[in-house]
Amino acid sequence: MLFAIGLAAGIIGGMGIGGGTILIPLLTIFQNVNQHTSQSINLMTFIPMAVVALVIHIKQKNVIIKYLPPLIAGGIVGSIAGSYVSVALTSAILKKAFAVFLLIMGLYEIFGNKE
Amino acid sequence: MSTAEIVKLTAIGLVTGILNGLFGSGGGTIVVPALNIVMKAEVHKSHATSIAVILPLTIVSAAIYILHGITDWPLTIRVGAGSIVGGYIGASLLNKINSGLLKKIFGIFMIAASVRMWFH
Repeated sequence: MLFAIGLAAGIIGGMGIGGGTILIPLLTIFQNVNQHTSQSINLMTFIPMAVVALVIHIKQKNVIIKYLPPLIAGGIVGSIAGSYVSVALTSAILKKAFAVFLLIMGLYEIFGNKE
Repeated sequence: MSTAEIVKLTAIGLVTGILNGLFGSGGGTIVVPALNIVMKAEVHKSHATSIAVILPLTIVSAAIYILHGITDWPLTIRVGAGSIVGGYIGASLLNKINSGLLKKIFGIFMIAASVRMWFH
């Protein structure tokens, strides 16, 4: 079951539709994994996938290298702030906040794509 | 790059990092449209660049979660094995399926999941 959930999220993530926003609710709803642990699993499983994808993207020269220093500098400050807020919250509150985030993302997927 | 561009990129990075750290996901859903709309980058370059940004941010966030004891290695390994296989399948399907329709289907799933997570 856990492998199947990972497989489903991987397929969706590989297609560029945001595997994490699928993986986390699958883990909390179907496996009763708590919100913090689900988020931790998503962060960690993203790392090896991203390394492989990144090597391919760099070879194909699709990464805009000059944008990276300011993006990553701002991003690391944000990551530290966001992560410390996250670990300070209870899993019940974090789950509700995530539900709101997921609702907005879902609406964006449906109405925000002009394809 | 102009100072304005550097400020914009730093702000995009900051918002991406906050959400990715807070929710352990979703960085790509911010940075891809931001690069595409604000910086006028092509969509496939926005996608590729987003991974180069989110990878270091995810390492930072994962380290903070682990430092606080929020980790489950056996679960992570089992889910991770599935997601690596799935990632290959998904990447190879990328150009063969109408992703516009798929996005709408997953949008509906996300809304249903959000309602369930709020009330359960």
